[in-house]
Amino acid sequence: MSDRSPAFHAVVLLGGLIFGFGLGLSQMARPEVVLDFLQFEDFGLLFVMGGGAVVSAITFAVVPRMFDRAPLTGDVFRKRVKSFDRNVVVGGTIFGVGWGLSGICPGAAYASVGIGNYPILVAIGGMFLGAYAQGYWRSYRQQTDASVSIAD
Amino acid sequence: MATQMTIEPLQITVEALFPNGIAHYAAGGLLIGLGVAVIYAATGIIAGASTFLESTWSYVSSVSRFNQPKYLASRDWRVVFTVGIVAGAAVYALTLGAGGWTTEVQLWRLFVGGILVGVGTRLGKGCTSGHGVCGIGSGSNTSFVNVATFLAFAIGTAQLVAALGVSP
Repeated sequence: MSDRSPAFHAVVLLGGLIFGFGLGLSQMARPEVVLDFLQFEDFGLLFVMGGGAVVSAITFAVVPRMFDRAPLTGDVFRKRVKSFDRNVVVGGTIFGVGWGLSGICPGAAYASVGIGNYPILVAIGGMFLGAYAQGYWRSYRQQTDASVSIAD
Repeated sequence: MATQMTIEPLQITVEALFPNGIAHYAAGGLLIGLGVAVIYAATGIIAGASTFLESTWSYVSSVSRFNQPKYLASRDWRVVFTVGIVAGAAVYALTLGAGGWTTEVQLWRLFVGGILVGVGTRLGKGCTSGHGVCGIGSGSNTSFVNVATFLAFAIGTAQLVAALGVSP
């Protein structure tokens, strides 16, 4: 962390600015628009996720050919490939129900704050509580599992 | 006349599917991807939005999951990334966005939905940006399954809630 170049946080901030501007422009920060999409009244949101995925696919394919390692960190370039297990489906189900109920997802919620949509702070508070609850539960489970196997 | 006859149904369909056009949706999506691209090209980091909900707890909580090395190493830049998202959206609101707005969606929906989003994105290893934009962009099967799952359940939930007469 301490050996990171001074430009590191500046670039992350710049990327966040563009990302947040895009979330605002795309209307995804607006729960009503997301709910219209999920109720099949306006399919425009397909172009948001689709447009973002196309740009990231091109980026992940092209950038590793331009540089051997990332200029600011020296890290090797990887793709975002996470292992598959039951949690991917269970978590996706819970997230889907929450997204369909509220019309808001994490990145769009942060952007919504910048737009001045202060009621969204209630959703962000909920997200932090939910993230805490699952983290607490999984840490607790891991500890009891560990002590059980020690007892064995 | 004959050409009109063939074009008209297509126009009606496009208008029905995209009553607000597609330009700002597509432009917004491209910018979301560009934000990811800038950070990736400079740092090799693939930025998702929802890990922030866990890594930030490490500042105040001793729960072991929040204090794993991966989170301790990334929690600072995740705060910076989130500040950037908030500021970028504020710039949008003050320029093209007509000064901002507030949602009419009821608070209990935002709160209960928010809790489920917090649990589900962290259990499922990512959210709309992590799986939906970056994971799909990586051709990850895990992300395809996750996105198909959350889309299906989000559609079902939103339609059910609307059918029960809850609006907005």
